[in-house]
Amino acid sequence: MIDKTYSPLSSKLHEWVTTADHKKLGVMYIVCGILYLFVAGCEALMIRWQLAVPENDVLSAETYNAFFTMHGTTMIFLVGMPIILGAANYFIPLMIGARDMAFPRLNAFGFWLFFFGGLLLYFSFLGGQGLSGEEGAPDVGWFAYAPLTSTTFSPGSSTDYWIISLFVAGMGSIMTAINLVTTILTMRCKGMTLMKMPIFAWMMLVDAILILIALPTLAAIQIMLLLDRQFGAHFFDAQAGADPLIWQHLFWFFGHPEVYILILPGFAFVSEVTPVFSRKVLFGYPLMVVATVSIGFIALGVWAHHMFATGLSPTILAYFSGATFLIGVPTGMKVFNWIATLWGGQIRFATPMLFAVGFIAMFTIGGLTGIMLAVVPMDWQLSDTYFVVGHFHFVLFGGLLFAIFSGFFYWFPKVTGKMLNETLGKWQFWFLFAGFLLTFGPMHFSGFEGMPRRIYTYMPNRGLEFYNMLSSIGAVVQVFGFGLFVVNVLHSLRKGKPAGDDPWDAWTLEWSTTSPPPPWNFATLPSIASRRPLWDSKHPDDPDWKYE
Amino acid sequence: MTSQPNSISVPKMLPHGHVGMMSVITTEIFFFASLIVVYLAYLGKSISGPTPEELLSIGLVSINTVALLASSVTIILALKALRSCNQKKFLAWLFVTVALGTWFLVGTAIEWTGLIGDAHFTLQTNLFGSTFYTLVGFHAFHVTFGVCALSFIWFCGFMGWVQKKHHQNIEYVSWYWHFVDTVWIAVFLVVYVIGR
Repeated sequence: MIDKTYSPLSSKLHEWVTTADHKKLGVMYIVCGILYLFVAGCEALMIRWQLAVPENDVLSAETYNAFFTMHGTTMIFLVGMPIILGAANYFIPLMIGARDMAFPRLNAFGFWLFFFGGLLLYFSFLGGQGLSGEEGAPDVGWFAYAPLTSTTFSPGSSTDYWIISLFVAGMGSIMTAINLVTTILTMRCKGMTLMKMPIFAWMMLVDAILILIALPTLAAIQIMLLLDRQFGAHFFDAQAGADPLIWQHLFWFFGHPEVYILILPGFAFVSEVTPVFSRKVLFGYPLMVVATVSIGFIALGVWAHHMFATGLSPTILAYFSGATFLIGVPTGMKVFNWIATLWGGQIRFATPMLFAVGFIAMFTIGGLTGIMLAVVPMDWQLSDTYFVVGHFHFVLFGGLLFAIFSGFFYWFPKVTGKMLNETLGKWQFWFLFAGFLLTFGPMHFSGFEGMPRRIYTYMPNRGLEFYNMLSSIGAVVQVFGFGLFVVNVLHSLRKGKPAGDDPWDAWTLEWSTTSPPPPWNFATLPSIASRRPLWDSKHPDDPDWKYE
Repeated sequence: MTSQPNSISVPKMLPHGHVGMMSVITTEIFFFASLIVVYLAYLGKSISGPTPEELLSIGLVSINTVALLASSVTIILALKALRSCNQKKFLAWLFVTVALGTWFLVGTAIEWTGLIGDAHFTLQTNLFGSTFYTLVGFHAFHVTFGVCALSFIWFCGFMGWVQKKHHQNIEYVSWYWHFVDTVWIAVFLVVYVIGR
């Protein structure tokens, strides 16, 4: 029977909606993540507009609350998570020489859960009612501390939107994590022992295991909160004898590993890009693996450093402070390994490498301010100030987002078959780099001056105007960077230089197939003998496997 | 690849189902761990009564516990029968497993009817009520899911669709079932032994 309604567009759409192919799902994850990046970026711009001058009234206090909540929630759950899961989805099977993920349909199910979870969160703008009864979106902060989330203080349904949408999206993340662990442990090609996997696969493996451990805790407390709000339970009701700090403990048992769930893939992108653009092997691969696994373990035992100001006992303070210092050791090992990879290499400063080097520098600063906050008295002084905001934006913007752009410029040719424009890419980097420093650098100083986070305005003549104005100017500079990114992607999709199979002269298996790869990935499944199989095939006279 | 050593090691890898099911169980462990931690943290913190000592009795629950633990043994026997191609024995033991699981659910329903109907003790009564129904309820929900899955397998076996080659997949369901039983041991100890 001939379908009379057939058109190329609707058949294309049908193909994408019904796909279980890891590459298509990966692309859909990343496209959704980037769209939400712009949504959450606009929310951030509104925040910076409001804070540019003291006693500003661009946003009402209520709208401001909704915007910072939605900015944080979106960036973490609808930007960070889908982009890293999308990258893992796309590249893990290609890198380990497999044809697809272990459970392709589960993979599609996970994506669509994320997709509808995200839509549900944003539907709250229309369907929810917040603190004031006017605003629709959640306005309790991304970590939604009890008892602010009780029906007494948050009437309406905005908090319920927060709970249910993140629960749904979180289920999707858990399913993708199950898929990733299974794929990495059971589908590697011939010759690929665990210690011959690309470091990307190692980091994603630890990442997926952290998701399996951390996300169900969030699901459990979200269920409890929903029972409190909708069915009259008393989990976070101090009047019934409950302890609202239980929310904080369990939230951060999820929330701190979540930070590492977000940054480990950043490490993974940079660990693939840095060696290729330094023309050297990754320095200390086994140590890198050990450091990744140690970070995975220690990340599960540091959660209460978010709670130093809640009156914990001195013993507990000492433990969590010490554990937080300890996690600096494997993280520091990684930074030194990246620097040692750069050292003496023939560095090519193409755009992916610019972002990777930017990542190493900015992430190190963010890591060091993290160590400062691990000192308990220091944290007491700086807790919930703009110093903390500056710290985690150095980790997640200067860290994760720079790593994402590094990976984006590196792998875009593989995914689309087109090169991104290098000149535009470099301009984007410098705009973003300058804008980033200008926005988040001064926050450390306004934090020292005592400016609290999540406050919709501030008084003049408290020494805060200058820093806030700088931050807002920085946000405008960033707009140019992001604008160039959009122009670059749209331009390159239409008119980009053809990439060829291996434009960067790289070494991992994804570059051995065509760009974009065929649905079956490889004509014949590869077999490998070293961590750099493409080096071996390009240099048969001096292969890597002789030295490993 | 052109240049490779003569012998390449083929890494020995587990079947997908092994790792997939273990991942599911890992994530479930942390879900129940969160519920149990909250239960323990709130033990004796309720400002108003009733308390666990006043409400919970160990009699009926002990019988339920024995039934559920026994079902872990019968599912092993069912799988053993399937592997030795004894369809009748397989269906019989699987039926016993489903029956024991259902017994557990009926027992829980009787207990809850008493608590809700006679003692007017609900999720809303106090902190203990909130934690009790959430923890025991989520476990019962998992048992219900398991009973449904096992009934489906029994139905397929009854229709003659289950063969020896399916034993691996049914074994994954049995892992889930063992997991649900193990969680019950923890819940039983926490709620009815330590918490009472």
